[in-house]
Amino acid sequence: MLDQAKTDAALYEFVLRMGDNTLILGHRISEWCGVAPVLEEDIALANTALDLIGQTQMWLGLAAEIAGDGKTADELAFLRDVWDFRNLLLVERPNGDFGHTILRQFLFDVFHKLQLTDLAQSPDPRIAEIAAKAVKEVSYHLERSRDTVIALGDGTVESHARMQAALDLLWPYVGEMFSSDPVSQTVGLAGFATNPTNFRAAWDADVLPSLEQASLNVPTSIFAHKGGKTGAQHTEHLGHLLATMQWLQRAYPGASW
Amino acid sequence: MRATVDQIWGWLDQVPDPEIPVISIVDLGIVRGVSWKGETLEIAVTPTYSGCPATSIINFDIEAALRAKGIEMIVLKRQLSPAWTTDWLSDKGRNQLLAYGIAPPNPAGGPQACPQCGSSHLSRVSQFGSTPCKAHWRCDDCLEPFDYFKCI
Repeated sequence: MLDQAKTDAALYEFVLRMGDNTLILGHRISEWCGVAPVLEEDIALANTALDLIGQTQMWLGLAAEIAGDGKTADELAFLRDVWDFRNLLLVERPNGDFGHTILRQFLFDVFHKLQLTDLAQSPDPRIAEIAAKAVKEVSYHLERSRDTVIALGDGTVESHARMQAALDLLWPYVGEMFSSDPVSQTVGLAGFATNPTNFRAAWDADVLPSLEQASLNVPTSIFAHKGGKTGAQHTEHLGHLLATMQWLQRAYPGASW
Repeated sequence: MRATVDQIWGWLDQVPDPEIPVISIVDLGIVRGVSWKGETLEIAVTPTYSGCPATSIINFDIEAALRAKGIEMIVLKRQLSPAWTTDWLSDKGRNQLLAYGIAPPNPAGGPQACPQCGSSHLSRVSQFGSTPCKAHWRCDDCLEPFDYFKCI
Protein backbone atom coordinates (compact mmCIF):
# COMPACT_ATOMS: atom_id res chain seq x y z
CA MET A 1 0.00 0.00 0.00
CA LEU A 2 1.47 3.31 -1.03
CA ASP A 3 1.45 6.22 1.29
CA GLN A 4 -1.15 8.66 -0.14
CA ALA A 5 0.74 11.81 0.87
CA LYS A 6 3.91 10.48 -0.74
CA THR A 7 2.04 9.64 -3.94
CA ASP A 8 0.42 13.08 -4.08
CA ALA A 9 3.77 14.78 -3.55
CA ALA A 10 5.34 12.72 -6.35
CA LEU A 11 2.39 13.37 -8.63
CA TYR A 12 2.76 17.11 -8.04
CA GLU A 13 6.45 16.94 -8.93
CA PHE A 14 5.67 14.88 -12.00
CA VAL A 15 3.03 17.29 -13.28
CA LEU A 16 5.41 20.20 -12.64
CA ARG A 17 7.96 18.44 -14.83
CA MET A 18 5.42 18.20 -17.63
CA GLY A 19 4.43 21.86 -17.30
CA ASP A 20 7.96 23.16 -16.85
CA ASN A 21 9.21 21.35 -19.95
CA THR A 22 6.49 22.91 -22.06
CA LEU A 23 6.84 26.33 -20.43
CA ILE A 24 10.60 26.59 -20.80
CA LEU A 25 10.77 25.14 -24.30
CA GLY A 26 7.76 27.22 -25.34
CA HIS A 27 9.49 30.34 -24.09
CA ARG A 28 12.79 29.40 -25.75
CA ILE A 29 11.32 28.91 -29.18
CA SER A 30 9.17 32.03 -28.85
CA GLU A 31 12.52 33.88 -28.85
CA TRP A 32 12.66 33.14 -32.59
CA CYS A 33 9.44 35.04 -33.23
CA GLY A 34 10.21 37.72 -35.82
CA VAL A 35 13.82 36.65 -36.38
CA ALA A 36 13.62 33.10 -37.81
CA PRO A 37 15.48 32.49 -41.09
CA VAL A 38 12.33 32.31 -43.25
CA LEU A 39 8.73 33.33 -42.70
CA GLU A 40 7.38 29.75 -42.70
CA GLU A 41 9.77 28.73 -39.95
CA ASP A 42 8.97 31.82 -37.97
CA ILE A 43 5.28 30.95 -38.11
CA ALA A 44 5.88 27.27 -37.41
CA LEU A 45 7.98 27.97 -34.31
CA ALA A 46 5.56 30.60 -33.03
CA ASN A 47 2.67 28.15 -33.43
CA THR A 48 4.63 25.41 -31.70
CA ALA A 49 5.43 27.82 -28.86
CA LEU A 50 1.76 28.71 -28.58
CA ASP A 51 0.75 25.05 -28.30
CA LEU A 52 3.40 24.45 -25.65
CA ILE A 53 2.34 27.47 -23.58
CA GLY A 54 -1.29 26.33 -23.87
CA GLN A 55 -0.28 22.90 -22.60
CA THR A 56 1.62 24.62 -19.78
CA GLN A 57 -1.56 26.33 -18.61
CA MET A 58 -3.22 22.93 -18.31
CA TRP A 59 -0.30 21.17 -16.60
CA LEU A 60 0.52 23.95 -14.17
CA GLY A 61 -3.20 24.42 -13.54
CA LEU A 62 -3.35 20.75 -12.55
CA ALA A 63 -0.19 21.08 -10.43
CA ALA A 64 -1.80 23.99 -8.58
CA GLU A 65 -4.95 21.93 -8.09
CA ILE A 66 -2.98 18.99 -6.67
CA ALA A 67 -0.99 21.27 -4.34
CA GLY A 68 -4.27 22.83 -3.17
CA ASP A 69 -2.48 25.72 -1.49
CA GLY A 70 -4.32 28.47 -3.36
CA LYS A 71 -1.50 29.11 -5.85
CA THR A 72 -2.41 29.53 -9.53
CA ALA A 73 -0.74 28.33 -12.73
CA ASP A 74 0.44 31.92 -13.31
CA GLU A 75 2.09 32.08 -9.91
CA LEU A 76 3.88 28.81 -10.57
CA ALA A 77 5.12 30.09 -13.93
CA PHE A 78 6.14 33.58 -12.93
CA LEU A 79 7.03 33.51 -9.25
CA ARG A 80 9.22 30.45 -8.80
CA ASP A 81 12.98 30.74 -8.92
CA VAL A 82 15.49 28.51 -10.73
CA TRP A 83 15.81 25.83 -8.05
CA ASP A 84 12.06 25.22 -8.04
CA PHE A 85 11.86 24.48 -11.77
CA ARG A 86 11.65 20.84 -12.85
CA ASN A 87 12.29 21.00 -16.59
CA LEU A 88 14.91 18.97 -18.48
CA LEU A 89 18.27 20.66 -19.00
CA LEU A 90 17.81 20.07 -22.75
CA VAL A 91 14.93 22.52 -23.04
CA GLU A 92 16.56 25.37 -21.12
CA ARG A 93 19.62 25.44 -23.37
CA PRO A 94 19.99 28.63 -25.38
CA ASN A 95 18.66 28.40 -28.93
CA GLY A 96 22.03 28.62 -30.68
CA ASP A 97 21.60 28.70 -34.44
CA PHE A 98 18.42 27.57 -36.15
CA GLY A 99 19.80 24.06 -36.72
CA HIS A 100 20.51 23.71 -33.00
CA THR A 101 16.97 24.87 -32.17
CA ILE A 102 15.25 22.48 -34.56
CA LEU A 103 17.41 19.51 -33.58
CA ARG A 104 16.65 20.11 -29.89
CA GLN A 105 12.99 20.29 -30.87
CA PHE A 106 13.18 16.97 -32.70
CA LEU A 107 14.98 15.16 -29.84
CA PHE A 108 12.36 16.45 -27.41
CA ASP A 109 9.31 16.02 -29.68
CA VAL A 110 9.90 12.28 -30.08
CA PHE A 111 10.19 11.87 -26.32
CA HIS A 112 7.23 14.17 -25.69
CA LYS A 113 5.00 12.22 -28.04
CA LEU A 114 5.91 8.87 -26.44
CA GLN A 115 5.26 10.32 -23.01
CA LEU A 116 1.91 11.90 -23.92
CA THR A 117 0.72 8.79 -25.74
CA ASP A 118 1.38 6.87 -22.53
CA LEU A 119 -0.23 9.50 -20.30
CA ALA A 120 -3.38 9.61 -22.44
CA GLN A 121 -4.03 6.12 -20.95
CA SER A 122 -3.39 7.25 -17.37
CA PRO A 123 -6.04 6.15 -14.87
CA ASP A 124 -6.07 9.71 -13.55
CA PRO A 125 -8.62 11.38 -15.88
CA ARG A 126 -7.14 14.85 -15.27
CA ILE A 127 -3.79 13.69 -16.64
CA ALA A 128 -5.32 11.60 -19.43
CA GLU A 129 -7.45 14.42 -20.85
CA ILE A 130 -4.59 16.91 -20.97
CA ALA A 131 -2.32 14.34 -22.63
CA ALA A 132 -4.98 13.30 -25.16
CA LYS A 133 -5.34 16.94 -26.18
CA ALA A 134 -1.62 17.71 -26.26
CA VAL A 135 -0.52 14.63 -28.19
CA LYS A 136 -2.49 15.73 -31.26
CA GLU A 137 -0.61 19.02 -31.32
CA VAL A 138 2.76 17.39 -30.66
CA SER A 139 2.28 15.08 -33.67
CA TYR A 140 2.44 18.20 -35.85
CA HIS A 141 5.48 19.54 -34.00
CA LEU A 142 7.27 16.27 -34.61
CA GLU A 143 6.35 16.06 -38.28
CA ARG A 144 7.85 19.51 -38.80
CA SER A 145 10.99 19.07 -36.70
CA ARG A 146 11.81 15.69 -38.23
CA ASP A 147 11.40 16.91 -41.83
CA THR A 148 13.55 19.94 -41.12
CA VAL A 149 16.31 18.00 -39.34
CA ILE A 150 16.52 15.61 -42.30
CA ALA A 151 16.49 18.43 -44.85
CA LEU A 152 19.24 20.38 -43.07
CA GLY A 153 21.38 17.39 -42.06
CA ASP A 154 21.28 16.04 -45.60
CA GLY A 155 21.49 19.53 -47.08
CA THR A 156 24.46 21.71 -47.95
CA VAL A 157 28.00 21.34 -46.57
CA GLU A 158 27.28 24.31 -44.31
CA SER A 159 23.91 23.07 -43.02
CA HIS A 160 25.26 19.55 -42.50
CA ALA A 161 28.22 20.83 -40.48
CA ARG A 162 25.93 22.93 -38.29
CA MET A 163 23.55 20.04 -37.66
CA GLN A 164 26.41 17.70 -36.77
CA ALA A 165 27.82 20.30 -34.37
CA ALA A 166 24.36 20.67 -32.82
CA LEU A 167 23.99 16.91 -32.38
CA ASP A 168 27.44 16.63 -30.76
CA LEU A 169 26.54 19.44 -28.37
CA LEU A 170 23.01 18.24 -27.52
CA TRP A 171 23.62 14.51 -27.26
CA PRO A 172 24.79 14.64 -23.60
CA TYR A 173 21.41 16.19 -22.75
CA VAL A 174 19.42 13.27 -24.18
CA GLY A 175 19.97 10.83 -21.30
CA GLU A 176 18.17 12.93 -18.71
CA MET A 177 14.83 12.39 -20.48
CA PHE A 178 15.02 8.68 -19.64
CA SER A 179 16.54 8.87 -16.17
CA SER A 180 14.61 7.37 -13.30
CA ASP A 181 14.42 8.82 -9.81
CA PRO A 182 12.18 8.48 -6.74
CA VAL A 183 9.50 10.72 -8.31
CA SER A 184 9.19 8.71 -11.51
CA GLN A 185 9.35 5.46 -9.52
CA THR A 186 6.56 6.51 -7.17
CA VAL A 187 4.36 7.81 -9.99
CA GLY A 188 5.12 4.61 -11.93
CA LEU A 189 4.27 2.31 -9.03
CA ALA A 190 1.02 4.17 -8.45
CA GLY A 191 0.22 3.48 -12.12
CA PHE A 192 -0.11 7.12 -13.22
CA ALA A 193 2.72 7.13 -15.75
CA THR A 194 5.25 4.72 -17.21
CA ASN A 195 8.80 5.11 -15.93
CA PRO A 196 10.68 7.09 -18.62
CA THR A 197 13.50 4.52 -18.81
CA ASN A 198 10.98 2.37 -20.67
CA PHE A 199 10.73 4.92 -23.49
CA ARG A 200 14.40 4.71 -24.49
CA ALA A 201 14.10 1.78 -26.89
CA ALA A 202 11.12 3.29 -28.72
CA TRP A 203 12.86 6.66 -28.84
CA ASP A 204 16.02 5.14 -30.33
CA ALA A 205 13.95 3.20 -32.85
CA ASP A 206 12.30 6.41 -33.99
CA VAL A 207 15.18 8.90 -33.76
CA LEU A 208 18.19 6.95 -35.00
CA PRO A 209 16.87 6.11 -38.51
CA SER A 210 15.92 9.78 -39.01
CA LEU A 211 19.38 10.93 -37.93
CA GLU A 212 20.87 8.42 -40.35
CA GLN A 213 18.63 9.75 -43.09
CA ALA A 214 19.91 13.20 -42.15
CA SER A 215 23.44 11.74 -42.66
CA LEU A 216 24.40 12.66 -39.11
CA ASN A 217 26.78 10.63 -36.94
CA VAL A 218 25.36 9.78 -33.57
CA PRO A 219 27.92 10.35 -30.79
CA THR A 220 28.95 7.17 -28.99
CA SER A 221 29.27 8.64 -25.50
CA ILE A 222 26.48 7.75 -23.09
CA PHE A 223 27.40 10.50 -20.64
CA ALA A 224 24.31 12.43 -19.55
CA HIS A 225 24.03 15.79 -17.82
CA LYS A 226 21.38 15.59 -15.13
CA GLY A 227 19.77 17.77 -12.49
CA GLY A 228 17.09 19.62 -14.42
CA LYS A 229 14.01 17.55 -13.73
CA THR A 230 15.00 16.98 -10.11
CA GLY A 231 15.86 20.67 -9.75
CA ALA A 232 19.22 19.70 -8.21
CA GLN A 233 21.40 21.47 -10.76
CA HIS A 234 20.04 23.63 -13.54
CA THR A 235 22.41 25.25 -16.02
CA GLU A 236 23.25 28.93 -15.67
CA HIS A 237 21.01 29.59 -18.68
CA LEU A 238 17.73 29.06 -16.84
CA GLY A 239 18.22 32.07 -14.57
CA HIS A 240 18.74 34.32 -17.58
CA LEU A 241 15.63 32.93 -19.25
CA LEU A 242 13.54 33.51 -16.11
CA ALA A 243 14.89 37.04 -15.77
CA THR A 244 13.31 37.83 -19.13
CA MET A 245 10.17 35.71 -18.80
CA GLN A 246 9.30 36.76 -15.25
CA TRP A 247 10.40 40.37 -15.43
CA LEU A 248 6.96 41.93 -15.63
CA GLN A 249 5.49 40.04 -12.67
CA ARG A 250 8.63 40.67 -10.63
CA ALA A 251 8.71 44.40 -11.41
CA TYR A 252 4.94 44.93 -11.16
CA PRO A 253 3.59 42.20 -8.87
CA GLY A 254 0.02 41.18 -9.71
CA ALA A 255 -0.07 43.15 -12.97
CA SER A 256 -2.73 41.90 -15.38
CA TRP A 257 -4.14 42.91 -18.76
CA MET B 1 -39.52 33.96 -18.57
CA ARG B 2 -36.38 31.87 -18.89
CA ALA B 3 -34.96 31.22 -22.37
CA THR B 4 -35.04 27.61 -23.51
CA VAL B 5 -31.88 25.66 -24.20
CA ASP B 6 -32.80 25.56 -27.92
CA GLN B 7 -33.13 29.35 -28.01
CA ILE B 8 -29.72 29.69 -26.40
CA TRP B 9 -28.13 27.36 -28.95
CA GLY B 10 -29.66 29.60 -31.62
CA TRP B 11 -28.14 32.70 -30.03
CA LEU B 12 -24.74 31.04 -29.73
CA ASP B 13 -24.94 30.16 -33.42
CA GLN B 14 -24.89 33.93 -34.04
CA VAL B 15 -21.51 34.32 -32.27
CA PRO B 16 -18.75 34.28 -34.89
CA ASP B 17 -15.36 32.68 -34.37
CA PRO B 18 -13.07 35.69 -33.74
CA GLU B 19 -10.36 34.51 -36.13
CA ILE B 20 -12.55 32.96 -38.84
CA PRO B 21 -15.64 35.16 -38.62
CA VAL B 22 -17.49 33.34 -41.41
CA ILE B 23 -18.30 30.44 -39.10
CA SER B 24 -20.05 30.47 -35.77
CA ILE B 25 -18.67 28.91 -32.62
CA VAL B 26 -21.49 26.35 -32.83
CA ASP B 27 -20.47 25.38 -36.37
CA LEU B 28 -16.89 25.12 -35.18
CA GLY B 29 -18.11 22.53 -32.70
CA ILE B 30 -16.55 24.02 -29.59
CA VAL B 31 -19.77 24.56 -27.63
CA ARG B 32 -20.18 21.26 -25.80
CA GLY B 33 -23.12 21.88 -23.57
CA VAL B 34 -25.83 24.34 -22.62
CA SER B 35 -27.78 23.75 -19.45
CA TRP B 36 -29.59 25.54 -16.69
CA LYS B 37 -28.37 24.87 -13.15
CA GLY B 38 -31.09 26.56 -11.15
CA GLU B 39 -30.98 30.22 -12.18
CA THR B 40 -27.46 29.92 -13.59
CA LEU B 41 -26.77 29.13 -17.23
CA GLU B 42 -23.84 26.80 -17.68
CA ILE B 43 -22.01 26.72 -21.00
CA ALA B 44 -19.28 24.12 -21.63
CA VAL B 45 -16.66 25.17 -24.16
CA THR B 46 -13.76 23.09 -25.44
CA PRO B 47 -10.58 24.63 -26.85
CA THR B 48 -9.54 23.79 -30.43
CA TYR B 49 -5.79 24.07 -29.80
CA SER B 50 -4.72 24.36 -26.19
CA GLY B 51 -2.79 27.58 -26.74
CA CYS B 52 -5.24 29.19 -29.12
CA PRO B 53 -5.35 32.87 -28.15
CA ALA B 54 -8.91 33.11 -29.45
CA THR B 55 -10.17 31.00 -26.54
CA SER B 56 -10.41 33.86 -24.06
CA ILE B 57 -12.00 36.11 -26.68
CA ILE B 58 -14.56 33.41 -27.48
CA ASN B 59 -15.50 33.20 -23.80
CA PHE B 60 -15.84 36.95 -23.66
CA ASP B 61 -18.00 36.99 -26.82
CA ILE B 62 -20.28 34.26 -25.48
CA GLU B 63 -20.81 36.12 -22.26
CA ALA B 64 -21.46 39.41 -24.06
CA ALA B 65 -23.96 37.80 -26.47
CA LEU B 66 -25.93 36.16 -23.66
CA ARG B 67 -25.94 39.27 -21.48
CA ALA B 68 -27.34 41.19 -24.45
CA LYS B 69 -30.24 38.70 -24.35
CA GLY B 70 -30.83 39.47 -20.70
CA ILE B 71 -29.14 36.46 -19.09
CA GLU B 72 -27.33 37.57 -15.95
CA MET B 73 -25.90 34.48 -14.32
CA ILE B 74 -23.54 32.69 -16.67
CA VAL B 75 -20.85 30.15 -15.88
CA LEU B 76 -18.40 29.16 -18.61
CA LYS B 77 -16.73 25.82 -18.08
CA ARG B 78 -13.69 24.54 -19.93
CA GLN B 79 -14.28 20.98 -21.03
CA LEU B 80 -11.18 19.14 -22.25
CA SER B 81 -12.55 15.67 -22.76
CA PRO B 82 -13.35 14.28 -25.25
CA ALA B 83 -10.75 16.41 -27.02
CA TRP B 84 -12.04 18.55 -29.86
CA THR B 85 -11.56 17.08 -33.29
CA THR B 86 -12.24 18.54 -36.70
CA ASP B 87 -15.13 16.04 -37.00
CA TRP B 88 -17.05 18.43 -34.78
CA LEU B 89 -17.18 21.02 -37.54
CA SER B 90 -20.70 21.13 -38.98
CA ASP B 91 -21.35 20.66 -42.70
CA LYS B 92 -22.61 24.22 -42.81
CA GLY B 93 -19.33 25.34 -41.23
CA ARG B 94 -17.27 23.34 -43.75
CA ASN B 95 -19.08 24.94 -46.68
CA GLN B 96 -18.65 28.39 -45.19
CA LEU B 97 -14.92 27.81 -44.75
CA LEU B 98 -14.58 26.75 -48.37
CA ALA B 99 -16.53 29.77 -49.63
CA TYR B 100 -14.22 31.98 -47.53
CA GLY B 101 -11.12 30.46 -49.18
CA ILE B 102 -10.07 28.05 -46.43
CA ALA B 103 -9.91 24.38 -47.41
CA PRO B 104 -11.89 22.36 -44.85
CA PRO B 105 -10.24 19.49 -42.96
CA ASN B 106 -9.97 16.20 -44.75
CA PRO B 107 -9.20 12.84 -43.10
CA ALA B 108 -6.69 12.06 -45.86
CA GLY B 109 -4.43 14.60 -44.18
CA GLY B 110 -4.45 17.36 -46.77
CA PRO B 111 -6.91 19.53 -48.65
CA GLN B 112 -9.07 17.91 -51.29
CA ALA B 113 -9.01 20.80 -53.74
CA CYS B 114 -7.85 24.37 -54.14
CA PRO B 115 -10.58 26.63 -52.69
CA GLN B 116 -9.99 29.10 -55.54
CA CYS B 117 -9.89 27.00 -58.73
CA GLY B 118 -10.81 23.49 -57.55
CA SER B 119 -7.58 21.89 -58.80
CA SER B 120 -6.22 18.87 -56.96
CA HIS B 121 -2.58 19.64 -57.80
CA LEU B 122 -1.51 20.96 -54.44
CA SER B 123 1.68 21.33 -52.43
CA ARG B 124 2.12 21.80 -48.73
CA VAL B 125 4.19 24.83 -47.82
CA SER B 126 4.16 24.24 -44.06
CA GLN B 127 2.34 22.22 -41.40
CA PHE B 128 1.74 25.54 -39.67
CA GLY B 129 -0.18 28.56 -40.88
CA SER B 130 -1.68 31.85 -39.83
CA THR B 131 -3.45 30.39 -36.78
CA PRO B 132 -2.84 27.23 -34.71
CA CYS B 133 -5.66 25.38 -36.48
CA LYS B 134 -4.40 25.92 -40.01
CA ALA B 135 -1.64 24.74 -42.32
CA HIS B 136 -0.22 26.59 -45.28
CA TRP B 137 -0.73 25.12 -48.78
CA ARG B 138 -0.36 26.24 -52.38
CA CYS B 139 -2.18 25.39 -55.59
CA ASP B 140 0.20 24.22 -58.32
CA ASP B 141 -2.26 25.22 -61.08
CA CYS B 142 -3.54 28.68 -60.17
CA LEU B 143 -0.49 29.23 -57.90
CA GLU B 144 -2.60 30.80 -55.15
CA PRO B 145 -1.50 30.14 -51.58
CA PHE B 146 -4.31 29.13 -49.23
CA ASP B 147 -5.03 28.07 -45.67
CA TYR B 148 -6.02 24.50 -44.90
CA PHE B 149 -7.92 23.80 -41.71
CA LYS B 150 -5.90 20.88 -40.46
CA CYS B 151 -7.30 17.70 -39.01
CA ILE B 152 -6.76 16.92 -35.38
